[in-house]
Amino acid sequence: MTTALFVVLAVTAVVAGALVFRVDSMARATFLLLLSFLAVAGLVLMTGLQYLGVVIVLMMVIEMVVMAIFMIMYMMNPAGLMPMSMFHNTRGAAVIAVTTFVALAGGALLVDWPVRGGRPAADLTMALGESLMGGQMLTMMTLGVTLFATIVGTVVLAAGRGRYDRLGDELDAPASDDRDRGGVGR
Amino acid sequence: MSAAPPLGLSILLPILLLAVAWAAVAADVLAAGRAAGRPVPWAVAAVTPAREALRLLVGQRRRTVGGDELLRGVGGAVLPIAALLAAAVLPLGMRPVADLGAGVVWFNAMEVFAWAAVWLVGWGSNSTLSLIGGYRFVAQGLAWELPHMFALITAAVGAQSLRVTDVVAAQGGLWFVLIMPVAFVAFLLSVAAMAFWGPFSAPVGRDVAGGAAAELAGVDRLVFVAGRWLLLVAAAAMAVPLFLGGGHGPWLPAWAWVLVKTLAVLVALVALRHRIPTIRMERWTEFSLVVLTPATIAQALVVTLVVLGEGGF
Repeated sequence: MTTALFVVLAVTAVVAGALVFRVDSMARATFLLLLSFLAVAGLVLMTGLQYLGVVIVLMMVIEMVVMAIFMIMYMMNPAGLMPMSMFHNTRGAAVIAVTTFVALAGGALLVDWPVRGGRPAADLTMALGESLMGGQMLTMMTLGVTLFATIVGTVVLAAGRGRYDRLGDELDAPASDDRDRGGVGR
Repeated sequence: MSAAPPLGLSILLPILLLAVAWAAVAADVLAAGRAAGRPVPWAVAAVTPAREALRLLVGQRRRTVGGDELLRGVGGAVLPIAALLAAAVLPLGMRPVADLGAGVVWFNAMEVFAWAAVWLVGWGSNSTLSLIGGYRFVAQGLAWELPHMFALITAAVGAQSLRVTDVVAAQGGLWFVLIMPVAFVAFLLSVAAMAFWGPFSAPVGRDVAGGAAAELAGVDRLVFVAGRWLLLVAAAAMAVPLFLGGGHGPWLPAWAWVLVKTLAVLVALVALRHRIPTIRMERWTEFSLVVLTPATIAQALVVTLVVLGEGGF
């Protein structure tokens, strides 16, 4: 039963991932990628890491929906209207892919796997939280601030109109001249 | 993924969800009639859900030229399935179908499938107004998801557990709605928003001729609309274990309290729906990001400080 489930999830992950490059529609490619990620989330759940598996589902659904919008905005074939190819630099990519596969598969088969020492914690979610927020606190905080700074920076760069456009150079205009008024009435 | 879900509860859950959704639709018909000044008799309202369902069931399906039937079908089917899976962690009484250790996150993960579902239906129809509806839902989703997540986290922090039954157990004395009212209000708003319902119905609004659902007819429409109501019911029912004490209460058994409280939440939502107009995208987004998100963060901070002060964690 466990083996069958593993095989189904593993095959789904690989086949859906490969199909991403075969279909002729950005929307289908995006949601095939989502299917592949969901199968991976299933594999993570099978290892007993419930929190991580469910979070992968949560993040990937939101991420792929947002990505679909950007893919359709920027890719050459939004909806199968023009012939397109998802391939670039096919020869180089093939060499890299085969090398990586051989290295990983060879490693998996040839390495002497260590015997498990110790046993899993009773509450894996708690153990994960303590590991992330205990010993790795500094890493996580740095990561968090860096990501946040990136988001703010990107929004500042991408925003068509900032507060000086809306409220004047001295920020003293009584009301902004926005075409679409927001909900807070600024 | 510990013990196998109890079979009886697994069969009961979809039936219960459908029954409560039926009641919610009937109440909505009553409220709509009253709001329009043409009261609908109780008996008529009670059979309206069945009549509409039968009408859609025998109705002709509609195919659009060049539409992506596969994606549209998947999107429509995902909506009721996501609602059902999200409801799997709901304690019916004191026991849910699946008492997951990360139950609160599971609910969140299942309910965001609505994002994919509505967008796929809007996209797959190959119709401009449908597509606009799908994009509207994603824009709305980006705005309600953050306050929604903070509301969920606040309840989990209050109980110091992601397990929904632990959250209920932590409310034996005081209901969380009294400790974290801001999170409760944000959660109720996101309940309506994730079901793109009431003031958040812009994705299927009349100004875009039905939006994401514009090209749906027959059984496709039935599945989509039923999925939307099921999602509303499942999310409204989740407010009970998270904020309203779950099955705790005097005199009645736990399951009866869960039912009474769920119906109360739904009645409140239905009654409010006909008093509030549909909110425009840009208004809701700004309000959500500028007011609601900081408010829910502050709420989470206050609850965390209280928990720490009482020697939690």
